[in-house]
Amino acid sequence: MCGGRRDAVAGRDAGGVRLGRRGERTTESNMGLIESLKFIWLFLPNLMPREFYELGVMAVAFLAVVIFITLMVLFMVWFERKVVGHMQVRRGPLHTGGFHGWAQSIADTLKLFLKEDIVPRGVDRPVYILAPLIVFMSTVVAYIVIPFSKSLVARDINMGVLFVFAVSSVTTIGIFMAGWGSNNKYSLLGAMRVAAQIVSYEVPLLLSVLGVFMLAQTLSLSGIVEAQKHVWYVFLQPVGFVIYVIAGIGEVNRLPFDIPEAESELVAGFHTEYSGLRFAFFFLSEYANMFVMSSMATVLFLGGWHGPVLPGFVWFLLKAFSFMFLMVWVRATYPRLRVDQMMAFCWKILLPLAFLNLLVTGLVMAAV
Amino acid sequence: MPELKTDSLFINMGPQHPSTHGVLRLGLTIEGERVVNVFPDVGFLHRGIEKLAESRTYIQTIPLTDRLDYVAGMSNNLAYVLAVEQLLDVEVPRRAEFIRVIAVEMSRLASHLVWLGSFANDLGAMTPLLYCFREREDILDALEILCGARMTFNYIRFGGVARDATPAFVEKTRKFLSTFDKRVDEYEELLTENAIFVNRTKGVGLLTREEAISYAVSGPVLRGSGVKWDLRRDAPYSVYPEMDFVIPTGETGDVFDRYAVRVMEMRQAARIIRQALDGLPEGDFTAKMPRVLKPRKGEAYSRIEAPKGELGFYVMSDGTASPYRVKIRAPSFINLAALPAMSKGALVADMVAVLGSMDIVLGEVDR
Repeated sequence: MCGGRRDAVAGRDAGGVRLGRRGERTTESNMGLIESLKFIWLFLPNLMPREFYELGVMAVAFLAVVIFITLMVLFMVWFERKVVGHMQVRRGPLHTGGFHGWAQSIADTLKLFLKEDIVPRGVDRPVYILAPLIVFMSTVVAYIVIPFSKSLVARDINMGVLFVFAVSSVTTIGIFMAGWGSNNKYSLLGAMRVAAQIVSYEVPLLLSVLGVFMLAQTLSLSGIVEAQKHVWYVFLQPVGFVIYVIAGIGEVNRLPFDIPEAESELVAGFHTEYSGLRFAFFFLSEYANMFVMSSMATVLFLGGWHGPVLPGFVWFLLKAFSFMFLMVWVRATYPRLRVDQMMAFCWKILLPLAFLNLLVTGLVMAAV
Repeated sequence: MPELKTDSLFINMGPQHPSTHGVLRLGLTIEGERVVNVFPDVGFLHRGIEKLAESRTYIQTIPLTDRLDYVAGMSNNLAYVLAVEQLLDVEVPRRAEFIRVIAVEMSRLASHLVWLGSFANDLGAMTPLLYCFREREDILDALEILCGARMTFNYIRFGGVARDATPAFVEKTRKFLSTFDKRVDEYEELLTENAIFVNRTKGVGLLTREEAISYAVSGPVLRGSGVKWDLRRDAPYSVYPEMDFVIPTGETGDVFDRYAVRVMEMRQAARIIRQALDGLPEGDFTAKMPRVLKPRKGEAYSRIEAPKGELGFYVMSDGTASPYRVKIRAPSFINLAALPAMSKGALVADMVAVLGSMDIVLGEVDR
């Protein structure tokens, strides 16, 4: 009984969605309230069965992640339109909401919510309906392990990196289902391309990350960030970083690798037949996935939450959004690759380069 | 293990597709990503312009020609007017000829800019589109000063042009030209020097010299295949013999060559406009014309180097106030016939590049 309670407390410690943030905001005047809340929080696990508590923590974490994703995507869509707009001598959204069209993405989302839910006749109904959910869920789940700061992480599992990449490959299945179930030839072509692309890009992506594991000697995301306290891995693994950037953009299907939804070729690729809320899920997960890739870059190469003066959480977001800015910049600059060129580039250039990088890393580590 | 059965897939590209540039329908038979057969299906934008011309007077037909290749209306005006002028036997004032050349070359620039932007967009680069439309906006502004319209000009008339070129127009054009070459350099930096762009276009959509000639393609598509044929030099009209310009040609006849030819043509067009502005003589902008035009009985054919290729107008007159028959040789329509030859063994993505590199305008294909 007693041991069980201690486990529960330990579980809460690992669970980590608490204290840190609230503690930082504490002021002298409401110290008493905060203290008593802390007290209740600490003893919460002892007041209910452990399963309930775990479920509760999971629910809170999930809710926090979904709210964060929604806000982040709303901001990111607006940000991207602004940045691309200025790069293209336009201004981007300017009117909705008053200040530089800040409410544009909110308005767009509302529009998508209010649209009629159309399921075309002739689609493979269960597959068609499940696809956006699978894509969205697999993206959300990856957020669980992302360490936003030292304490702000929903679940710090000891092989976080593998978890993120494994889970975000599930997206492919969802996208393939969407393409297959839509009963549309363009969607089908898009689905075929997704399958080909992900198989190609997953391999160099993981290989580029492998060098980081070797240096950090751990698979835990927090551990990797801790290991970069003094020097960021982008300086120790420059080749790995470049491969990661290329393969990461390929992984999230954005220009120049937006081959599965190439609008000038396949109309809209796998989501041609989707509209309204179902389309919103694809849209949401594309941007959410972008953030996963960016935050992984931050964690693996850019030193995670480390940085002077500002709190870790802010540093993390700054780095992640800089990486997102890079993706937007690339999108505004480059034309799209062709399917076969993309594959050739991946297998003939990226993969050998990644292996070479790994070899050199290993040799240097053995020598030092 | 049972043998896997593979089948080819028929896919309709258009008439509602983002990169068929209008209402062109392509019937593609594909095996995986590879295109094994393609046929262009035209006619969705047929308005019967040739037939309409028969029930209108000669001058009422000029606005109809604006609606052929609607991104370069001036060229269509000029080709039609040149044909009818052969039947009218008028002497066009020199100033009018110069203004015509300026207007037509401005139209060529506008047309090539629209093409460059949308072609880059077809390949997935979306920024050049906006840049090109920025330049085109200046051209349209200048043409608006010249004739009051931005797309459907109805400007070039029998015996001259509708209005004189004002100093404001000359100034606006010069201002535009002063930055234009630098802007073209910028586009080339974005595209010609981009490895992805070069990979997507080099060696794709090959049209050999012999094929190009036997399909009777014209314009940049023909020159891209290495045939040095430009009506401005080989069958001169207006005051082109006095202009100094180079005719760029490609070597292999792939998508990249057609792209390079058009970009070089833009620089040459700017050069021609500069020369024409410098040499713009004083004088009348139109000859004295009767109120009711009744060309002599007979027939006439005129052809000019339009931005898309050789644009020909065959006009038959029975001596009344409206033409007996007008036949238009539209370059886009004839170039389109070479599409299946160009897209042999192409991938779906190449189809878009090849089609984009031909620069067709459906208003002209379907007339």
